[in-house]
Amino acid sequence: MVITDETIYYVGILAKLFLSDEEKEQAKKDMSNMLDYVSKLDELDTENVEAMSHAFPVSNVFREDVVTNGDDRENMLANAPEERNGCYDVPKTFD
Amino acid sequence: MDLMSLTAVELGQKIKNKEVTVKEAVEESLRRIESIEKDVNSFVTVDKEGALKQAEEIQKRIDSGELNGPLAGVPVAIKDNMCTEGLLTTCSSKILGNFVPTYTATAVEKLKEAGAVIIGKTNMDEFAMGSTSETSYFGATKNPWDLSRVPGGSSGGSAAAVSSEEVPYALGSDTGGSIRQPASFCGVTGIKPTYGRVSRYGLIAYGSSLDQIGPIAKDVRDCATILEIICQHDDKDSTSYKDAASDFTAALVDDVKGMKIGIPSDYLAEGIDPEVKDAVLAAAKVLEGKGAVVEEFSLGMVDYAIPAYYIIASAEASSNLERFDGVKYGYRTADYTDLHNMYKKTRSEGFGAEVKRRIMLGSFVLSSGYYDAYYVKALKTKALIKKAFDDAFAKYDVILGPVAPTTALKCGESLSDPIKMYLGDIYTVSVNLAGLPGISLPCGYDKNGLPIGLQLLGQTFDEKSILRAAYAYEQSRSYKRSPIAERGL
Amino acid sequence: MEKTYETVIGLEVHVELATKTKIFCGCSTEFGGEPNTHTCPVCTGMPGSLPVLNKAVLEKAVAVGLATNCNITRKGKFDRKNYFYPDNPQNYQISQLYFPICRDGKVEIDVDGEKKFVRIHEIHMEEDAGKLVHDSFTDTSLVDYNRSGVPLIEIVSEPDMRSADEVIAYLDKLRLIIQYLGASDCKLNEGSMRADVNLSIRKKGEEKFGTRTEMKNLNSFKAIARAIENERERQIDIIESGEKVIQETRRWDDEKGYSYAMRSKEDAQDYRYFPDPDLVPIIVDDEFLDTIKRRQPELRDEKRIRYRDEFNIPDYDIDIITNSKKMADIFEETIALGAEPKKVSNWLMVETMRLMKEHDRDADDLSFSAKNLATLIDMVDKKVINGSVAKEVFEKIFTEDIDPEKYVEENGLKTVNDEGALTKTIEEIVAANPKSVEDYKSGKEKAIGFLVGQTMKAMKGKADPGEVNRILKEILSK
Repeated sequence: MVITDETIYYVGILAKLFLSDEEKEQAKKDMSNMLDYVSKLDELDTENVEAMSHAFPVSNVFREDVVTNGDDRENMLANAPEERNGCYDVPKTFD
Repeated sequence: MDLMSLTAVELGQKIKNKEVTVKEAVEESLRRIESIEKDVNSFVTVDKEGALKQAEEIQKRIDSGELNGPLAGVPVAIKDNMCTEGLLTTCSSKILGNFVPTYTATAVEKLKEAGAVIIGKTNMDEFAMGSTSETSYFGATKNPWDLSRVPGGSSGGSAAAVSSEEVPYALGSDTGGSIRQPASFCGVTGIKPTYGRVSRYGLIAYGSSLDQIGPIAKDVRDCATILEIICQHDDKDSTSYKDAASDFTAALVDDVKGMKIGIPSDYLAEGIDPEVKDAVLAAAKVLEGKGAVVEEFSLGMVDYAIPAYYIIASAEASSNLERFDGVKYGYRTADYTDLHNMYKKTRSEGFGAEVKRRIMLGSFVLSSGYYDAYYVKALKTKALIKKAFDDAFAKYDVILGPVAPTTALKCGESLSDPIKMYLGDIYTVSVNLAGLPGISLPCGYDKNGLPIGLQLLGQTFDEKSILRAAYAYEQSRSYKRSPIAERGL
Repeated sequence: MEKTYETVIGLEVHVELATKTKIFCGCSTEFGGEPNTHTCPVCTGMPGSLPVLNKAVLEKAVAVGLATNCNITRKGKFDRKNYFYPDNPQNYQISQLYFPICRDGKVEIDVDGEKKFVRIHEIHMEEDAGKLVHDSFTDTSLVDYNRSGVPLIEIVSEPDMRSADEVIAYLDKLRLIIQYLGASDCKLNEGSMRADVNLSIRKKGEEKFGTRTEMKNLNSFKAIARAIENERERQIDIIESGEKVIQETRRWDDEKGYSYAMRSKEDAQDYRYFPDPDLVPIIVDDEFLDTIKRRQPELRDEKRIRYRDEFNIPDYDIDIITNSKKMADIFEETIALGAEPKKVSNWLMVETMRLMKEHDRDADDLSFSAKNLATLIDMVDKKVINGSVAKEVFEKIFTEDIDPEKYVEENGLKTVNDEGALTKTIEEIVAANPKSVEDYKSGKEKAIGFLVGQTMKAMKGKADPGEVNRILKEILSK
């Protein structure tokens, strides 16, 4: 599969990655090779196979509706690159 | 006395018998780390101060009788993708280079409750993406058997730390072979438990449906003992198995009479190093000699495992790693013009090449128009692979094969060609796709003196069969120390 | 020309479920609180944290599905919706795309006596985002994750509505159903109910739908009505001028009365949905469904029928009372305490409605207890206080929920039942107002009103007016 510049640009937006020109060329090559390689799966007839998310059957795992967490703001915010007034500080958003 | 040459259980026994204090064990571990690290680079963080403090507290609790488990007071190293409260947890990535969690991974918590002393955090491939431990932001880890070679990965730091006798045991994680392959390359023993056995809470996710924490140690008994501590149901992980706990050490009997063992002929076909093949078949002979019924069979689906694995793992990783964005923790780029520019620069500077490669691939296969063709197709392939194993386990108790096609590769050899590197996972990834337990243990040495690994696979939640087979096999041989371990201080 | 176009509207309604904790972690959902004090590793997207579903969220979602005639999905799943935004700490939202919990429902609406069904395409469960506040000092945005992970259901209708009136009738219907279920308080102005309007226009009689836009940030029924009118005009203008409507998301500014497109070249609108591997399937079996069904409370339509049968009050009163779960609850509880339905209804319909208007309060905000209203009604019945005192006391009940017995006692508002004292006062009033007495005796019946008023005044309002009337007439007829 040929990967175009547009595809790399588009995936860069989705993945939030800037690639240098060199990296872009490498990414085109890598992705193309990889997609060719995984196209091996096309050999398999999977029409009547159900997609499997979990390898063993497990379902209905719930929590009870009980408050268990207290306030750990100080410790959590200690990791924030930018903090202000008890909040995570980020570049201006749209609104 | 060379305390770190003991197994974890032996050292625990000596501590229990008051022959050795916890402090002595910890100091010995720290001394060895100090001496060996410059060559091997197993650790990202060594918590000297914390370990000595823990040693004191744990000794008190042992003396008071409160702690009496087999591993109380024994030092342990933790792969750096498991969160440890108050202790740097980096995933060997620049993007988490300064991250100090406010919580501890459940598996680590269980070890702490059992009196383990956390010595430090081990090096790995960045975000566990790789099989050489060369993609770490903090430099590559080297193989204690040959410093010009890779220790395998992604839990290369954990395997090298055990193999070089910096610590008696370590925790690793396995998404596509990341415990078993480095254990094999470093001549130690490692288990990837059944998916759901060990809580993933606090394990920084790579491929959430494939990741599983497990032990790396010198022998099978250590591994079974560690499993008894870390395999417990956890309410904080929806995929945690409700009957996760088991008496794994009860399976340690030297008796495989009548055990049915299948060897997939597909695992011994092209691509495998003849020395690896011979060693694996010789191991099968040993088990046969002890009364097991061994035969070759065709497993099928082998060639489809790696493509399915890379689609699923990359897709999940692309989503799991979205949270690293410079907002809440970790690295943020120094200069940026706006929000999206900040995101892009932070992530581009914070992630290494292999991580970016998988994020790009994963984002692509999930994107509009490709989801069914790639991701859904891979999940269906996963179902077929699981079925192939189910069919095999209808006939066999244990599946026996190699861990990797070769012994440890030279440093830098595989990074240039990603697909070639991915192919090295051919015998390990299908186990993660099918959620099965697998053990890797030494079964010989190649002409360069490098360890060869034997892999034993079991049906879901049947760790006991593989522990029994591995234990029985292990009785036929003795543990061989790595040159770095032998070198002493 | 306007008339030749038909407006086609579908709604995406987000409702915050009234649970104690968030959808995937044990943090409190309580409103207020300092920023980020109701957060944990899970709802701030810390690495290694994992979600576990709050059972109450599933129960409430299924209850709403059943009450809106949906099919309940027997094997549901959660999916990840991937997009980068700082209010979304994982940069994916856990939602349901492929197997939403409810599908194919409908509710009946009534606009000026015209009834029609609005079909519900699906209801899915998801997590709410955090809050962003702009800091003008630093010109940056501040993120508070207290609301991150608060459980939501999104109710997606089919494009079945044709006017703002229908939209409002539909929203009101949903609000009542959900409030009656106790699944949410559904307050548009506080954001516990939020509606996004998908609107397109087409020439009347045409089958094909036009290109739709999605309108966000609608915080009141009035804003919704205005936004619909505005967007309809905007789209007609575009089409009339030969242009094409662009499918986009727009944000309504109610103060300025217009909307603008929320576009960014960095948003690809490609959410890369896939099943969340950290969560397991939800199997809804018969037993679970039966449990929820058994627990379903009486909904409004059922209540209306029962009130008509049981209480003999006018349909108009029934409609008003049942238009709020809160008011209906007060009504029923007061009756259960022994008050006569008609009298309770009167207090709600007259005094309560008057005070709500005066204090600018919603029926959902009523905070007085049935017990105090029942006591008040009993005191009037037993003539412990008279009607005008009762009104005064009720105002205190309405605003502060005071105990009427205690209040009347403390403020000495009891009706004076001492006939001797009353007779004495009346005699004094009669003596002091010979003109009125003469007027009455000469046939001007109305003159007695003045004398009653004077007596009540002299008694500081604490007499029973009926009693005053009777004694006055006795004295005057002597």
